[in-house]
Parts: sequence; structure tokens; C-alpha cells
Amino acid sequence: MSGAIARFRDSDLWWSFKRSPVTILSAVVALICVGGALLAPFIAPHDPFDLASLNLGDAFKPPAWDEMGDAIYPLGTDDQGRDVLSAILYGARISLLVGFCATAFATIFGVSLGLLAGYIGGAVDSVLMRIADIQLTFPSILVALLVDGVVRAAVPREVHDQIALFVVVFAIGISEWPKFARTVRGSTLVERNKEYVLAARVIGVPSLRIMASHVLPNVLGPVLVIATLNLGLAILAEATLSFLGVGVPPTQPSLGTLIRIGNDFLFSGEWWIAIFPGLSLVAMVLSVNLLGDWLRDALNPKLR
Amino acid sequence: MFAFVISRILQSIPVLLAVALISFAMFAYVGDPIAIMLGQDFTEAQRAALVADLGLDQPFWVQFTRFALHAAQGEFGLSYRLSRPVADLIAERAPATLELAFCAAAVALAIGVPMGVYTGLYRHSWLSRAFLTFSLIGVSLPTFLIGILLILVFSVWLGWLPSFGRGDTVTIGWWSTGLLTWSGIKALILPSVTLGLFQLTLIMRLVRAEMLEVLRTDYIKFARARGLTNRAVHFGHALKNTLVPVITVVGLQLGAIIAFAIVTETVFQWPGMGLLFIQSVGSADIPVMAAYLLLIACLFVVINLIVDLLYYAVDPRLRTGRGRGGH
Amino acid sequence: MPNPILEVRDLRVEFPTRRGTLVALDSVSFAIQPGEVLGVVGESGAGKSMTGAAIIGLLEPPGRIAGGQILLEGRRIDNLRYEQMRRIRGREIGAIFQDPLTTLNPLYTVGDQLAETMLTHLPIRPAEAKRRAIEWLELVGIPAAAQRVDSYPHEFSGGMRQRVVIALALCAEPKLIVADEPTTALDVSIQAQIIALLKRLAREKGTAMMLVTHDMGVIAETADRVAVMYAGRIAEIGPVRDVVKAPRHPYTAGLMASIPPLDRRVERLAQIDGAMPRLSAIPQGCAYHPRCPKVFSRCAVDRPELMDAGTTDAACWLHYKSPAHA
Repeated sequence: MSGAIARFRDSDLWWSFKRSPVTILSAVVALICVGGALLAPFIAPHDPFDLASLNLGDAFKPPAWDEMGDAIYPLGTDDQGRDVLSAILYGARISLLVGFCATAFATIFGVSLGLLAGYIGGAVDSVLMRIADIQLTFPSILVALLVDGVVRAAVPREVHDQIALFVVVFAIGISEWPKFARTVRGSTLVERNKEYVLAARVIGVPSLRIMASHVLPNVLGPVLVIATLNLGLAILAEATLSFLGVGVPPTQPSLGTLIRIGNDFLFSGEWWIAIFPGLSLVAMVLSVNLLGDWLRDALNPKLR
Repeated sequence: MFAFVISRILQSIPVLLAVALISFAMFAYVGDPIAIMLGQDFTEAQRAALVADLGLDQPFWVQFTRFALHAAQGEFGLSYRLSRPVADLIAERAPATLELAFCAAAVALAIGVPMGVYTGLYRHSWLSRAFLTFSLIGVSLPTFLIGILLILVFSVWLGWLPSFGRGDTVTIGWWSTGLLTWSGIKALILPSVTLGLFQLTLIMRLVRAEMLEVLRTDYIKFARARGLTNRAVHFGHALKNTLVPVITVVGLQLGAIIAFAIVTETVFQWPGMGLLFIQSVGSADIPVMAAYLLLIACLFVVINLIVDLLYYAVDPRLRTGRGRGGH
Repeated sequence: MPNPILEVRDLRVEFPTRRGTLVALDSVSFAIQPGEVLGVVGESGAGKSMTGAAIIGLLEPPGRIAGGQILLEGRRIDNLRYEQMRRIRGREIGAIFQDPLTTLNPLYTVGDQLAETMLTHLPIRPAEAKRRAIEWLELVGIPAAAQRVDSYPHEFSGGMRQRVVIALALCAEPKLIVADEPTTALDVSIQAQIIALLKRLAREKGTAMMLVTHDMGVIAETADRVAVMYAGRIAEIGPVRDVVKAPRHPYTAGLMASIPPLDRRVERLAQIDGAMPRLSAIPQGCAYHPRCPKVFSRCAVDRPELMDAGTTDAACWLHYKSPAHA
């Protein structure tokens, strides 16, 4: 283990990380976001889901530094007297959860299909890639909206509310898989014809094991980069769906839902209800994107 | 040239058919159209009559063929939600979306390409760094948040520009345009910027990356070795070579603009196809969704065709009929 | 001795990298007389192409000239501003690159590229440039030049494209050509034609040439003098006949022994053991001493400069004469 750490410290990855203040800063921001979301029940000053603790008399409190503000609501309250900071912490949980799950789904689905297409080739390959091509012509947000709309039409409302979270994960994940499949297929084609894979085949190692133990490790680098960049996209997609009112259910508000609620009060001057969740979302996505960019550059020095 | 166009059109037919199939499958199998059309009370006889009437008892391929033929004529039936012909609904709203998308694309191209060229040529200047930072923030800002921020600043705080609707429109034939009145143009500004900003940053990053790539090639080095002026090397040789990949992506982005218009139209209550679509998703109005999907697919096919023709104009290697090899 | 067209004095090129500064060229000095062809040979990475790039002022960043001078007809050109150097490139120093498939811009006709070069440097009108472009294509042996002038690069074969590149390098009538491996990327059957063409044009136009190659055969056939490079330095320089027939530096001798002779059969070709050191690990003393069969104590300590070795100049302590009598 200590050997691995030492190797890592000597690696180009660590070197380029240390040298880039922007990357370090975004890693810190990302850690704060993830930490805040995970620890929300412990660090949030209020429980936004505890209806009993909500006091309508505290509705529309501006942030604490305003003269009208109240120190117990650092970022103000919304129309129901809910603490905006606590809502953000809980909302970030949902946003990150959906983002991670959707990306994991897209990664596993895309990588498996890409491996299959590249390794088996032939008809399987052309059919899969043709589907990927067609899907790639459509912007992923449209695909996600369609999937969500179809599920909404297909299942009764009560059922839908219960499975809404899974639907969103599925809709976003399914809209992003072709990127993974294409990259993995490309690398697999290259690897498949290398001597060591041919040799493994000749001595009768089963295809599945060749793929798992020889081909997969060689395509993991690019997959990691795409997955990181995709995490930012998935979080944005979830926020967009929720903002449009077709994402996660209102009982589990994500950052996008909070912005949607706050949007209604923009004109009456209660800007903080939409803007603080918005800024949190941007900080989260920006830090993830910066980490993804750094990872891409660090793993492909020639792209600089 | 003619053969080239024909072959491209033929290649797009499978895509259109696949999308039509998905649309039809949504149409036919999602939800229960009969129940929706007949309302709460109906007899089995009424139901059977309607099923026969709509041809729902016929085999899949017969139904699909009829759907495709109707779709080709713009017939998509009635909206479940509004009980009006889908074709009419879309025709009413298409001009608003197309004008918005066009203005957004114009904003993105007119600003994004020069910024990309500049940042590619002067990689280390402070202005390039500022542009790149701006583009990173642009990529990480969701469209709806950009819209909200713009509304907050320019409508709520400064009160300069309207925050919703199209303003006054003028109707020419069946096309209603907001481009001919002052209030219509004012209403277009914030939505266009909102919609164009993301594409702008994308185009800028792409042009920059392509520019850097091309500037490393041997023929650019050779152009320098021939003593050509920087102007000729950068704008004559480098820029023209970056155009080929840029055209593809810009074409694809034009499609994305129309799709992202859904979000922008929601933020600004812009009465276009996107707003219609999102309302249909919310209320599971399948005929409108299916029609919208097919319409977008057709738009993409047309855009792809234009992209291919532009390729053809820019790259002589295609004109001699060796195909698109070599990249 | 007439004034040289190009003189390089103590040229040093450095590449700052993450793990310290690499010295890519060190103490490189040579001169080229008007109309002379100087061959530059050496293994890959010896610094041949780098020398050419430094002369035309197009070193790849972060590489930079860290010392020494480059003089064109007695005028320093290594410290010129970009715009001044641009006027010299193409007009006074022409360049030919290795791979004709990538040196021509695919989106412009060869005629446009020729006319563009001439219009940049010569006071002529576009119609005249077009006429001369056709002339140049004829001169470099493109058949049906009047029609081919409007063709795009991809419509030519590799050999034909290299002819176009030669026309581009010569069309503003420079006094010096820097040709960097002009035949390496071509079929063997085409190589001789291209070399013959280069040689003929250089003679007709009175153009001097620096011919960078790793092919001793090309050098022997074309060059008047030859410089042998090793690990970023010149190991030996002298008239081509003397260097080939009677090399004075052990590295040159090893290089010559490894070329198969045409006139007799040999059982076994000699080879030099080991490999050229990387730039990051150049040994102290003479860079060649770990591989040198004639190594002695001083070689591992002091680095030899070029010194008079009789018929040629060689950077080798074997030829050191004590300056006691001076």
C-alpha cells in the first residue's frame, strides 16, 4: 500500500496536480460540496423536511447580513419559512446522488456495450454503433426529456411519484451512454489486434476473460476522463429537468427544484431563494468540470 | 455534385425511419389513446367502433405505414391536452422558436469564432486567459440559470428589457415575426443571449482547439518557412483548415440550440415549440411529443445536408470523388 | 576565400523542460560558401534537423537559441525580430521539409501556393506570378504544368508533390536552401530523381544548400563538404571525399564501416556497439567516448572542440597537437 502511495507521489498525475492551484482549489470545492451533501443531516441548521418546525411567520427572511435578516437563517428563508442554507445542503444530496448514479449507469452500460461491439464486431457492432449514431444526433437533454415523458405517460401518477428518482437516473444515464460506448469500442478495436490479446486467444483464454482482464484496463483512462466530465453534465441535466418540473419529485427537492421555486419570487425582490441554490450548483459543476479538464490534460500530455 | 446530394439524402432515410418508428411506438403503445379520446364513460361497442375506425386492430406494419404516410403530410391527429390538430399547434409556434434559434446561433457564431481564433493565436495573453475562464464558467452554468441571472439584472434591477413573451409581432402570411417591431426585438435580446451563450463558449473552445492543432501541422510550418505574413498564415491557411471540423460541430450545435430552446422558452415564457413540448411532457400529451420528435429529426437531416454541402465547398479532396478519407 | 553565404558560430540550442534544461545543440560551427552543398549527417536525434530549424528561425518552442551567432552574408540573423526574419525566409533562405504529403496545404491549389509565395517576396503582379508558377512547375519537371497549376496537392503523387515543394522553396530565388531529409519519405526509385533535380537546380541558380540527411549515399553523390553530427555537436567536418575515404574521427570511421560497399561482397558489416546517448544523459568529456574503440584517459574528462586533423577538422583528442610551439 505504501508502495502504491509512493508511486502515486512520483507520478505525473500528482505532479501536475500539485502544480495547478486551480485544480487544487476545485478539488477543495468539490470536497466541500460532497462533504456538505453527505453530512447534511448533521450540519444543516434546520431540517427542511420537518413540517412541524416550519414557521410561516419566518417566510421570506432575507440573508442574515441584511437589516431585515435573522442570524438563525444565514441565507434567508423561502415562501414557507424554510431555511435556504439547509434546503441547499439537502438539495445538493439529491443532485449529487442523481448525478453519480446516472453517470455510473451510463458508464457501466456504455462500457459494456462498447466492449461487446469492439470485441465481437460484425453485425452486433454495426447495430450498436448505428443506434449510438442516431442517438448522438439528438441532444442528450432531449432524449432525457422524451424518456421521462414516455414513462410519465406509461405509468399511473401514484406509481410515478414513487419511482421518479429512478426514472430521472435512467433518463439521464440512457442519454449519455453512446459517448462511453464509442470511446471504448475504438480502444477495444485497437487492443483486440495487439499481439498479447491474439496470444491469449490462441492459448484458449475465454473471450470474456480476455475482455475483462486485458482489454478493460487499457480503456479505463479515457473512460475515467469522460465519466468525470459527464458527472458535471449529469448534474446539470438533473437540475434542468427539475427546473422544467419533470425531474425529481417536489417532495425531494434538488438544487434545480429549489431554483424553480425561487424563480417565482424573482420579481417580488426575494432573489436569494433562487440565486443561492444557483450559485451552489455552479460551484459544484464548475469544480467537477475543472477536475475533469485537469484529468484529461494530465492523462494525455500530447493534447496540451 | 448532384449524385453527392442524392446519396446524402438516401443515407438519412434510415435515420428518419428509425425516429418515425419510435414516434409511432410511443403513439401506439404508451398510455391508452382510446380511453383518452372517449373520456370516462363508453361502451364496449363504442370502443370497438373507434378501434376499427382508427385502424388499431390492424397489423403493426399496416398501422405504421399509415402513420408514416400521415406524418409525411403533416398529420399527427389531435393533441390530448388541447384537443386541437397537432399540426396547427406546431405551425403556430414554429416561427417563434426558429427566430429565437436563429438569433442565438448568430450571436454564438459572430462572437464565438473570433474569440476562438484569438485565443488560439495568442495563447498566453491575459485576454485569452480571461476568455477561457469565461468559457469554463459558461460551460458550467445551466441555461436556465443564465436566463434567471439575466432577468434578475436586466429586467428586475435595471428594468431595461422585458423578461417574458415575444413583445409585439407582425404577421406576414402565416409567419408571425417579432423582428419588425422595436418591442419584439427587445424581447428577443435576453432569450437569444441565454440560448446562445453555451454554444458560444463551445464554439470558442472548439475553434481554439482546432486552431492550435492546425498551427502545429507541417503545412503551417512550411507556410512560415516560405516567409508568408502572419496574416496570410493565420487567416488564409490556418483558419480555412479549421473550418472543416468547425462546420460539423456548428451544424450539430444548431440542432442542439433548437432542443435547448425548450429550457430557454420555459424561462422566458416564449411561446414557441419548446414550451409546447415541455407542457406536453408534463401532461403526457403523446401526439405532440411524437410530432415534435419527428420534426426535430427532419430539421437535423436538413442541417446535416447543409453541413455536407459546406464541406464540399471548403474541401477540394471531396470534390474529386475520393470520399472523405484522410482524417 | 570568398565570404561565406552562411556562417554558424558556436551555436547553442536549449530546451527548458520539467526535469531541467536539455542542451540540444552545443558549439556548432560551420560555414557554407556560395553555390556550395554542405551535407549534414548523423543518427536521429543528433541535432541535424534542429540546426536547420535554428537557421530558418523556426525552432519549436520551448526550444531557443541560447548562444552563438548565425550570419547570413555577414549579417546576424539569429537575433532578428519575427517580421524581419519573415522577410528573409523564403526570399533569402528557402526550406524543404521531409514529408511532401503534409507540407502542402490541402485546401489551396499548387499554383495559388506558388503565386502567394512569389507575391509575398517579389514586386510582381498576380498575372505575372501565375505565369511564373507554371514556369516553375515545368522547371521542376511536372508534366502538363499549364493544366496542373490549378490542381490541389492531393491530386499529385508523393514524388510530384516533393517537386512542387522544391519549386516553392526556390521560386523567390533564395541564395540558400535548407533541405531537411528531402528524400526520406519517398520511394527509393523516386529518391534519385529528386536528388538529381535538387542538384541541377542548385547549380543552375547558383544556390547554396544545406542538405540534412541520414543517408551517406545521398551525401557522397551530392555534397561538396560534409558535417558529421553526434549528440548535438559536430564530430567531423571536411570535404566529402576526405571524410568518406579517410575519416579522422572514430565515430565517422565507424559510420563509414557500417555502410555496405557496392563494389565487393563482405561477410559481415561492422557495427558501432551501443547507442547514441539521450540529450538528458550526455556523458562528460567526449560524448562518444563510451562507444569509442580508441578511447583514452583524456576522452572521459575533457570535451574536445573541432581541431585540425589534416584533411578534415575533427573533434577528437587523437588529433590534438600541443600548442607549445605557438
